[in-house]
Amino acid sequence: MELLLIILIGLLYGAGVYMILRRSMVKLLLGIMFLGTGANVLIFLLGGITKGKPPVIDEAAKMFQDVYADPIPQALILTAIVISFALTAFAIVLLKRVYALVDSDDLDDLNTPEEEDI
Amino acid sequence: MLLAVLSGLIFSIVLVFFGRAFKAKWSILIPILPTILVIYFAQMIPTISSGKGFLQHYDWVPSLGINFEFQLDGLSSLFALLITGIGSCIFFYGRAYLKGHPYFDRFFGYLLLFMSAMLGVVLSNNILLLFIFWELTSISSFFLIGFNNDSADSRKSAITALSITGIGGFFLLLALVLMGNIAGTYTITELIQHRDTILNHQFYPLIIGLLFIGAFTKSAQFPFHFWLPGAMKAPTPVSAYLHSATMVKAGIYLLARFTPILGNHTYWNTTLMVVGGITMLYAAIHSLFRIDMKAILAYSTISALGILTFLLGVGTKEAVVAACVFIVVHALYKATLFMVTGIVDHETHTRDITVLGGLRKVLFPVAIAAFLAALSSAGFPFLTFGFVGKDLIYEATLHYTNADWTWILTGATVATNIALVSAGFMAGIKPFVGPLPEKFEKVHLPYKAMWIPPLILAILGVFFGVLPAIAGDYFTTAASNTIWGMNTESYLKVWHGFNTVFTLSVVTLLGGTLIYAINKPSLAKLARIEKLNSISPQRIITGFANDIVRVGHWYTGIFHNGYLRSYHFKIILFAEALLAYRLWMSGPISLDMWDLTYPDLYEVAVIFILIGALYLVVSTASRLTAVVAMSVIGYCICLIFVIYSAPDLAMTQFTIDTLTTVLFVLVLYKLPPFINMTNRGIMVRDAIVATGFGIILSLVALKVWSEPISTEISDFYGENAYLLAKGKNVVNVILVDFRGIDTMFETVVLSIAALGVYSLIRLRLKSSEKE
Repeated sequence: MELLLIILIGLLYGAGVYMILRRSMVKLLLGIMFLGTGANVLIFLLGGITKGKPPVIDEAAKMFQDVYADPIPQALILTAIVISFALTAFAIVLLKRVYALVDSDDLDDLNTPEEEDI
Repeated sequence: MLLAVLSGLIFSIVLVFFGRAFKAKWSILIPILPTILVIYFAQMIPTISSGKGFLQHYDWVPSLGINFEFQLDGLSSLFALLITGIGSCIFFYGRAYLKGHPYFDRFFGYLLLFMSAMLGVVLSNNILLLFIFWELTSISSFFLIGFNNDSADSRKSAITALSITGIGGFFLLLALVLMGNIAGTYTITELIQHRDTILNHQFYPLIIGLLFIGAFTKSAQFPFHFWLPGAMKAPTPVSAYLHSATMVKAGIYLLARFTPILGNHTYWNTTLMVVGGITMLYAAIHSLFRIDMKAILAYSTISALGILTFLLGVGTKEAVVAACVFIVVHALYKATLFMVTGIVDHETHTRDITVLGGLRKVLFPVAIAAFLAALSSAGFPFLTFGFVGKDLIYEATLHYTNADWTWILTGATVATNIALVSAGFMAGIKPFVGPLPEKFEKVHLPYKAMWIPPLILAILGVFFGVLPAIAGDYFTTAASNTIWGMNTESYLKVWHGFNTVFTLSVVTLLGGTLIYAINKPSLAKLARIEKLNSISPQRIITGFANDIVRVGHWYTGIFHNGYLRSYHFKIILFAEALLAYRLWMSGPISLDMWDLTYPDLYEVAVIFILIGALYLVVSTASRLTAVVAMSVIGYCICLIFVIYSAPDLAMTQFTIDTLTTVLFVLVLYKLPPFINMTNRGIMVRDAIVATGFGIILSLVALKVWSEPISTEISDFYGENAYLLAKGKNVVNVILVDFRGIDTMFETVVLSIAALGVYSLIRLRLKSSEKE
């Protein structure tokens, strides 16, 4: 499974990079989301994956009796998911605003012509 | 002495606030200051010439070794007297010259600032303090050259002068800091005691190299000389003061000041002799072809500065004495000639020597001053100080330590002086002799304040010529003692008898007169000389500067073209290179197959659905398809979290993914489909870069995963979640308890984003904003 996840990470990052090289603003946003997801999976993998052993202590016990999944990467990813949602939500609304203003999804339309002289 | 140095600075600040008052009524107060200063320095002459000096010390930034340390010894006294003495003449002259000028107060503000800075340069006993004043002179010179700020030529010349002297200053600072660090002190009087340490240090050639760049740029030595003729765009009093008598001699002062510390070394002497020699010859010959009086004087000034550098390079006792005398000689006659030029320009509105003539009939006292100065510059025997100076120069070259070189050096100086004699005659005599053209008949004498100062200086030149011992005793001997480090006997005599030196002087004078008689400079000749400019240092250096600008444009065009994706492209490419290099260096990846978890079939299915959705997002032309596929990816990740023991993550991911999709669809449903905006080539290029990045990241992940990890912190949280925080879900405990404050700030971030979203949605578009 680790190898599959490693391939998945590569694909997510690759797709993210490809998308942020596009001219379309929506694609740019999707690319950023891919990169964020890729980073999450990367952190998840590096903590070591464990099947069926969530880091929750048994009702009866006060401490873990068995092996359990590493809680730290999970805490990190949880924070990352929430923050990236904030970013995405703001970006989506901003996109709509830009679209309303310039009637285009093309990043190049946002460039103001530069002055030639310095 | 601190007050003496800073008084000009203070006065110029006063001018900033009360300039209006000083423009008319109180303008007489301005030249009083240099006059007071010249008296102040003059009353110290007896002490100085008896061999004593003054030292003063005020703390400023002691921790950095920068302090107000001043010393008045023979050399600085000579320069201080020149600065304040000629300064007084120039101030009186300038007041009349610029009467009624709208920027009158500004002009004197700059001039006072300059005088202050220049006094600071020659009186500083601390090399860092010296550097500060050195830069101030460059800055005030910049303002004065660009004084006629509505002329593009002026502005360009000012910038050229500032960049050349500024670059030189930068190198000078390097030299000074290096020297100070080697010797462990920044005080000049202490540096002299460390002479041997510096001389034997491996950085010695570097230090003098850097110091030379500083001195040569300031003193307009070849190949940095070209800013000086351009600096003649400044009003004439400025040219007389800064660009011939004082500021350009700062480089000479620097060399003289450091001769006891760094001098008398083969590198030092040879470089100075070669550079000074080239400069004096090159500029002297150039001066013969000019028709503008100021240009003639500019080139002959460069040539004189070359002679001074050359003499310091020769470095014998005779040469040092000659240099000190020549500084005074040159300052006296050149300031006079410049002021005369100013008067001619002021009254006739031209400086073209091919047009001017016969002005003695209308400007008689001015003609006398010019005539005396021209004779002094020619070294006319028995009567002028120039003769004494020239004698000493020949004396120095004839007695050079290496006999093989004697005749080469003497020949070069004779040739230079012949050209200078002719240049002096062209600027000082030509405009005043011959018939008076009709259009100049109405020319009349200007204010007394304009023609008396040059006359005083010219007469002083004659006075010292007749009684050179006075000049020697009071000014130059003390200065040459400082440079030489020991007592130099005074050589200053009018008559040495009929010897080689006298013969050479006569040859020089006759040769110069002959050239003056034959050489008729004209526009045509000037044009021919200008053609040679394509190989001149000016062309090369300004061309180089333009190239730098061009490289800047090119660089900006490539790296800052304003397209976001192009920035991304470069950043990612760079990151790939860096990561690939690091991966390569970190050696092979060793994978332990036993550590791997074997996936069940449904897990593999999830991964494949994910990859399919990923492909769909990248390739689809429909916005809605992309958003839906994106949500499929999110849910698949969610499933992975569920399977691999992360229920909290799964819940969060599920919620967030749903929300994002809803938001996307709600907000973006009316957008058009993607248009294919780029061609195939670029897409392939991007795909290659993206694939590379993906592969590298996979390898990084593999590499990190295969390394052992420490679980110490995780164990701590696992063990203490219930014991310390009374919670059984460890992830939640970490977030809300152990790292509670982090989570609080995360909430703040979320609220800010929410506020942003809310206000963007509520903000109504004005019809005028819509394009």
